[in-house]
Amino acid sequence: MATNSLTEWNDDRTIPNREETRSSEKFIKPAVNIIETEEGLTLTADVPGAAKDALEVNVEKGILTISAPVTRSMPGNPTYSEFELASYYRQFSIPESLDHEKAKADLFNGILTLRVPKAEVAKPRKIEITVS
Amino acid sequence: MANWDVFRELDNLRREIDEAFRGAGIHRRPLASAFLSPVTSRRFPLVNFSEDEGHVYIDALVPGVDPKDTDLTVLRNAITISGERKPFIEKRGQIVHRSELGSGKFSRTLELPTDINPDKIKAEYRDGILRVILAKAEHAKPKKIEIKLS
Repeated sequence: MATNSLTEWNDDRTIPNREETRSSEKFIKPAVNIIETEEGLTLTADVPGAAKDALEVNVEKGILTISAPVTRSMPGNPTYSEFELASYYRQFSIPESLDHEKAKADLFNGILTLRVPKAEVAKPRKIEITVS
Repeated sequence: MANWDVFRELDNLRREIDEAFRGAGIHRRPLASAFLSPVTSRRFPLVNFSEDEGHVYIDALVPGVDPKDTDLTVLRNAITISGERKPFIEKRGQIVHRSELGSGKFSRTLELPTDINPDKIKAEYRDGILRVILAKAEHAKPKKIEIKLS
C-alpha cells in the first residue's frame, strides 16, 4: 500500500515519508477525516490559523496536496507555549474515479472541507430486474 | 514545615505524575497536529500565553468550534474556556477512510500570571484560533519611579 494512500490501515508506521523529509522547514501534518459516500469523497482537516487566500488545494496526477502557510504571531513576549504554528502540508493519492474538476473546497472556523464528487461512471448503479 | 498538609502533598504528587506521563506512550504524531483527537487525551484547547506591559494575551486552538458555543469566564485570576466541538456528521452507508479528528465537550481552566482587570477583557475568534486579550490590573503593571538627584 502506498504511503500516501487514502486509507491508512497501519497508523504507526515509522518510515519517514515525503511529508516529513521534504525540507528543513517545519511542517505540520493536519489531522483529517476522509469519508466516502455514494456521491463522493469528503475530506475534513483541522487547519487553525490558515488564511483563506493562502490555502492551496490541488490535484495532480492523482495526488491531492493540501498546503497552507501560516503567518500569525502573538503580540508581546511569549511566556508559555503549548503549540507552535507552522505551515500545513499533506498529500494523499486519490483514485481516478473521482471528478476532480468539480471539487469544492471551503474553509470555515479553521476547518477545511473538501468535497470531491464521484465521476458518473463510478457511481453505484441500480439495475432493474424485470420479471418476464 | 509549618503548614505541611499531607493531602495537598499527595495531590501535588498526583499532578506531577500526571504531567510526567502526559503525552507518553503512543507517539504516533509527534507534532501536535491532532486537536482533540482520540490520541491526544485531555488538554484541549492548547494554549499559548504572551504578555507585554499592559496586557496578557492568550491564544487557544479551537478549530471547528463555533464561537457562539464557546464560554469564556473569568474568576479572580483564573480563566475558563469551555465549549463543544460538534461531531462530524455521520451518514448511513458511508465508508470512513480516515478518522483523525476528535469531537466532544471540553473545558479548561488556566491560571493567569498576574492580576487582571475583569472589566477589560476582549476575545476574538479568527481562523480557528481564539485570542483573549486581558488588561492587567493597575497594581500589576510595572511602575516607573523617578530617581532624583540630590
